[in-house]
Amino acid sequence: MFKYIVKRILLAVVTIWAVATLTFFLMNLVPGGPFLSEKAISPQAQAALEAKYGLDKPMSERYLNYMTGALHGDFGDSLKQRGRTVMSIISMKFPVSARVGGISVLVALVLGIPLGSVAALKRGKPADSIISVIATCGIAVPSFVICTVLMYFVGVKLGLLPTMGLESAKHYVMPVIALSFYPTAYIMRLMRSSMLDVLGQDYMRTARAKGLAGGKILFKHALRNAILPVVTYVGPMLAYTITGSFVVEKIFVIPGLGGEFIKAINGRDYTLIMGTTIFLATLVIVMNVVVDIVYKLVDPRIKLK
Amino acid sequence: MGEYLVDVKNERLSFFTPAGEVKALNDVSIRLKEGEVLGIVGESGSGKSVTAYSLMGLTAHPGKLLGGELHFNGHQVETLSEKEIRKIRGNEISIIFQDPMTSLNPVYTIGNQITEVIRLHTDKTKQQAKERARELLELVGINEPEKRLKQYPHELSGGMRQRVMIAIALACEPKLLIADEPTTALDVTIQAQILELMMELKDKLGMAIIMITHDLGVVASMCERIAVMYAGRIIEYGTTDDIFYHPKHEYTKGLIRSIPRLDTKEHERLVPIEGTPVDMLNPPAGCPFAPRCDAAMRICLREMPPVTTFGDVHYTQCWLNQKEEMEKGASHE
Repeated sequence: MFKYIVKRILLAVVTIWAVATLTFFLMNLVPGGPFLSEKAISPQAQAALEAKYGLDKPMSERYLNYMTGALHGDFGDSLKQRGRTVMSIISMKFPVSARVGGISVLVALVLGIPLGSVAALKRGKPADSIISVIATCGIAVPSFVICTVLMYFVGVKLGLLPTMGLESAKHYVMPVIALSFYPTAYIMRLMRSSMLDVLGQDYMRTARAKGLAGGKILFKHALRNAILPVVTYVGPMLAYTITGSFVVEKIFVIPGLGGEFIKAINGRDYTLIMGTTIFLATLVIVMNVVVDIVYKLVDPRIKLK
Repeated sequence: MGEYLVDVKNERLSFFTPAGEVKALNDVSIRLKEGEVLGIVGESGSGKSVTAYSLMGLTAHPGKLLGGELHFNGHQVETLSEKEIRKIRGNEISIIFQDPMTSLNPVYTIGNQITEVIRLHTDKTKQQAKERARELLELVGINEPEKRLKQYPHELSGGMRQRVMIAIALACEPKLLIADEPTTALDVTIQAQILELMMELKDKLGMAIIMITHDLGVVASMCERIAVMYAGRIIEYGTTDDIFYHPKHEYTKGLIRSIPRLDTKEHERLVPIEGTPVDMLNPPAGCPFAPRCDAAMRICLREMPPVTTFGDVHYTQCWLNQKEEMEKGASHE
């Protein structure tokens, strides 16, 4: 186990380096630059700005400088948001997104696992059909549609919930619904199919033949086997969800990290693009390792090498 | 009652599939005394397993019991509630399944899966249950039981796993053990070991066994009585001697002809039973075996034959036998 984790950490460093390098060069291939937009500024001022942030140097030197800095934990200053370091932006915005995203993932798990299991147990009955329709809708309907529909009916027409900001618990309701809709639907479908598979297994018949009660069979013998595909899905999904959704954050005016991604790309805020990308990549990698370890705990047949 | 441990009378059971009703069991009757071994033989889909499972209330969806009485050890199984029948399962009746590779839950240890059934049906403490599990593993001939208890199914071989299944089945000292093709999925050498173990344990614990198989060799060596099933009916029933030395039904005769023998001459071919099994969705009006029967008469295709008895135990369902017996009866007069 220890050896495995060490190996994964080494592998993670290589992966993150690859992601960073690719992002760095691809980003610089995109036309435009951080100081080109807005009002036209004098060539001298522009040259001064570029010199200040080191953008006048050749690409290879900039790459080396950035990587050396990143290795020392210095991700530089934001090119567009004066006086803020990339780290300070991430550490300010990430908790906001993480809170909304974390709650959404929790909701998705709490709803998706039982509903998917029920659909499998009631296969072909009305409950199954209803759950399948909801699941299909959840996967097919894009989040901006859900956001606007929620906002229009619940927020504006009925006036039940606030439509923007994150001041109180009430503010969280609509963003969480919008964010958790897709993962809930996805988990329901995963859970339904894996549960159906497990229910047909011979060991379920053994459990019944032992005289165990239905609930015990379901919770002890079926659930643990059926949950594996959900574990696989939830890891990376959690990483993506807690780093914020641009659409949902934009519509509900949530000051989260999702918005920063897009702002950084649109504004060619090179350092912030790098910072957020490396941050997301790291999270995804960490989640994958966590998934592997959880997998091992759930299913003893899996060997971590 | 009382006399028989198992007394199934005229059981009728159907599966209501989208394609139509499949009459899986038609007037099936079996009787078994304590400590007896009954073999049920027949080809796939003939209703062997369905008969046994229904005795435990384990009929799979969409199967439905339509008639008959199922007596077991003083219970009338078909009238029991799910809760009552759960007390019998794993306790008074246990079962061993065909495929030991998939019959154990892969995510729990052997110990967990054995103690589970002990703790369910007895009020032993965790420690006592563990001790009992260790004893059981020893009983079924598994070495280093202490170590095995902590292992997972994937760490054991097929033969070992089947021994574990037997340990689970015997955990509460059942009155009846149902063995559903317990050796089909095993290597030939392991098969013999498992059968030997079962017979040994039967003598030790005095339980009755229903042995479901399509291997006549297995029943010949183990069983006192044999029921031959075809298309959801018991078409011949008798002692092992009756079936092997005096088979009456054409199907049984065919089965016995198709066993390879040591004294077969070179170049002599085995005699297979021609034709294909019955389409259970559209069974023929008469005897289900008639379309494959060499000796079929006109009536065989039209009407289901009645029961012809020979002595106390032995009976068949065959027009040919009926005719012979009637002729015999007539010549006596």
